[in-house]
Amino acid sequence: MNRFAELLDRLVLTPSRNGKLTLLTSYFRTVEDPNRGLALAAITGNLDIAAVKPAMLRTLVGERMDPVLFGYSYDYVGDLAETVSLVWPVQGSETGDHKLTLAEVVRQLQAASRSDGPKVLARLLDEAEVSARFAIIKLVTGGLRIGVSARLAKQALADLGQVDVAEIEELWHGLAPPYEALFAWLEGRAPKPETAARALFRPVMLANAVGGDLEKLDPADYAAEWKWDGIRVQAVREGGVQRLYSRTGDDVSGAFPDLAEAMDFVGALDGELLVGTPSATGTFSVLQQRLNRKTVSTKMLRDYPAFMRCYDLLQVEGEDLRGLPFRERRVRLEDFAARLDPARFDLSPLVGFANWRELEAARAAPPHPIIEGVMLKRWDSPYLAGRPKGPWFKWKRDPHTVDAVLMYAQRGHGKRSSFYSDYTFGVWSGPEGGEELVPVGKAYFGFTDEELRQIDKYVRDNTIERFGPVRSVRADRNNGLVLEVAFEGLNRSSRHKSGVAMRFPRISRLRWDKPAGEADRIETLKALLDG
Amino acid sequence: MRASDLLHPRPEGLYCPPGDFFIDPVRPVERALITHGHSDHARPGHRSVLATRETLDIMALRYGEDFAGTTQAARLGERMMLNGVAVTFHAAGHVLGSAQIAVEHQAMRIVASGDYKRQPDATCAPFIVVPCDVFITEATFGLPVFRHPPDHHEIGLLLKSVAQFPERSHLVGAYALGKAQRVMKLLRQAGYDRPIHIHGALAKISAYYQSTGIDLGELLPATVESGGKADFAGAVVIGPPAAFSDRWARRFPDPVACFASGWMRIRQRARQRGVELPLIISDHCDWDELTATIRETGASQVWVTHGREEALVRWCELQGIAARPLHLVGYEDEGD
Repeated sequence: MNRFAELLDRLVLTPSRNGKLTLLTSYFRTVEDPNRGLALAAITGNLDIAAVKPAMLRTLVGERMDPVLFGYSYDYVGDLAETVSLVWPVQGSETGDHKLTLAEVVRQLQAASRSDGPKVLARLLDEAEVSARFAIIKLVTGGLRIGVSARLAKQALADLGQVDVAEIEELWHGLAPPYEALFAWLEGRAPKPETAARALFRPVMLANAVGGDLEKLDPADYAAEWKWDGIRVQAVREGGVQRLYSRTGDDVSGAFPDLAEAMDFVGALDGELLVGTPSATGTFSVLQQRLNRKTVSTKMLRDYPAFMRCYDLLQVEGEDLRGLPFRERRVRLEDFAARLDPARFDLSPLVGFANWRELEAARAAPPHPIIEGVMLKRWDSPYLAGRPKGPWFKWKRDPHTVDAVLMYAQRGHGKRSSFYSDYTFGVWSGPEGGEELVPVGKAYFGFTDEELRQIDKYVRDNTIERFGPVRSVRADRNNGLVLEVAFEGLNRSSRHKSGVAMRFPRISRLRWDKPAGEADRIETLKALLDG
Repeated sequence: MRASDLLHPRPEGLYCPPGDFFIDPVRPVERALITHGHSDHARPGHRSVLATRETLDIMALRYGEDFAGTTQAARLGERMMLNGVAVTFHAAGHVLGSAQIAVEHQAMRIVASGDYKRQPDATCAPFIVVPCDVFITEATFGLPVFRHPPDHHEIGLLLKSVAQFPERSHLVGAYALGKAQRVMKLLRQAGYDRPIHIHGALAKISAYYQSTGIDLGELLPATVESGGKADFAGAVVIGPPAAFSDRWARRFPDPVACFASGWMRIRQRARQRGVELPLIISDHCDWDELTATIRETGASQVWVTHGREEALVRWCELQGIAARPLHLVGYEDEGD
């Protein structure tokens, strides 16, 4: 447990990607099975500890300390696991070595029943010192949030075994903790594990943003498609097993049973999950009804059906098409898609264009509000895992912008826990002479570290009230910081006083020069809504 | 009399009306009593200053001999009368020369503890518990998450890392007055006998510590003249934390950034500062020490100042001790 705890501590404090890879690789190299495999499972989010739930932590701490003091502590630290690890009352000496292995801790946690889960967790915490307590809590709460993605962990494995990371991604869904066969292969002690599982995930191909130098490219080399703003999915059905994967390889079939059941083909399709029907595609607000749900009601399935708009065909009846050029895959896709349930599948249409100016005009005036730009795909590009430079580009619609006034600032979490980094901003409303600010959104990125320091100082110097982690900032016609906010779209919202909610808002510019009284009015935004 | 008639906050600092003096004023005043030499407590320009000999010396080193109109040295434990108010300085254990100030008048005793700590520190006199009616406590680390491990344990981590990475230099960030000298002393106590390299900002104060009989061993300036890059391999270098982001730090080979501070308890704090090896060494009390001290003083009222007042006030309320935050401005809650 101590080595795992130390790894987490080091990872948190190592900012560079290479440094993290070195730490991970050296951990996997030196730590034995099954401990390293369990660590890998924890880092990649594949360790299931059913009987112990994060909510128990709060209860356990509540039994041990004043909730108000815990609240102050959590607010300051900004991380639940770390807060609990620090405030946990200590029985004996702090420096006593924690002798339990990671495997033993995991065994006890997984063996716990729902009723004795809290007791098992409390005992493990009592026996551990601060770092190990932190690690145990991280195991229990799932998502470690230590700045290491599953992808980075897979890269570390690839480094360990000197193999391509795509090989690991492709194997991944056929493997289970503690991954002994995987480590044996990476260490050259055994052959590559057989992909026994059916309907495996194929690593997704992603696009780079257009850098602005389209003129160097020949329009004739590229096909264009709309960029649909739904959920990128991969639908795979093989050997009677069907799965719907997110673009990171998470199985999302459970959230979209209507679409999963309609998969009556054998192959692997790449596409966009949307809500509505192919002939009446829903807007983003409609799509939102189906997001982040673990269970779906019959009514939900009826009112907000899911369908898939197909981009690409990766596999058919055991034939791997990924090495073929896009032009050929597209022909195969058109043929394939024509035989699918038309209520659940359709083809992403190509956008015709003769030159970049024509495409730019199409991009500026898309035929549907859920389109967020265009995609460019080289006719001769094979389907490659990751984000290769050159073959595919995304060219998004320009964002909308509005000049708003900073109203409230909240301290950030994680790396920004001592900075006021989350900003609520508003625009003017009401008659002339009686204008007041109405909040229209909240943003916490888009600025540089230096700008963050400047805004943080501004917030501290212009605070008029404090509510826990939130500060109310001086903002009237003559005083206030104007923020230029960029956003992708507006939804009507009954939850917000202003009646609108922004999509993907971020700070695009600090307008230190602009008087607060000259910021935009709510009517400017409402016009966008009706337009 | 009410306690607030004996001491209460004013924009200049904590004021005693019957005695007509301020404690640690942040603006120039007629008569200042100063708890210790950190610059947010000890400021220049007062007409008269009463402080311990060491604090007066430190102020002279920092601000020049003429930092105040007149000065008077207070001896620890010696009771003095100021306009009928009894004043006594007691050791606070924070840095060399640091003192608590007990103010007594008409059977009411208030102790203004300044900054203080309870962990042993070989570079200053240990904190003394002074029973009182009102205890004024700092709250720099006034949250239950702050728990400082023993300082020798943290120094052990530093020495282990020095042994693990002999080709790198270890840059230890430590505040110039107190923390830096304590780290030096701890290294010596742990048996480290190589020269310690120091940033120029530490030279005068460290020499002053040595002159009072605190043996810090051999200290060398960390200048390029005194060595090339290779000469700093395996070296321990101590400097003010701000210096590490300066170009000054570029002369060291692949340095391990260390920071000796109570803030290092919080991972994200260490991360924000780019610290690779956090050393939780503090010149302030941790949560358990703050609460234990409040109990030991037997105070029926606690006034809480600079830091996280609300948590300590809450704890006092839960214990049935009257407590309130004392809104004093001008003290940094970050310095440690």
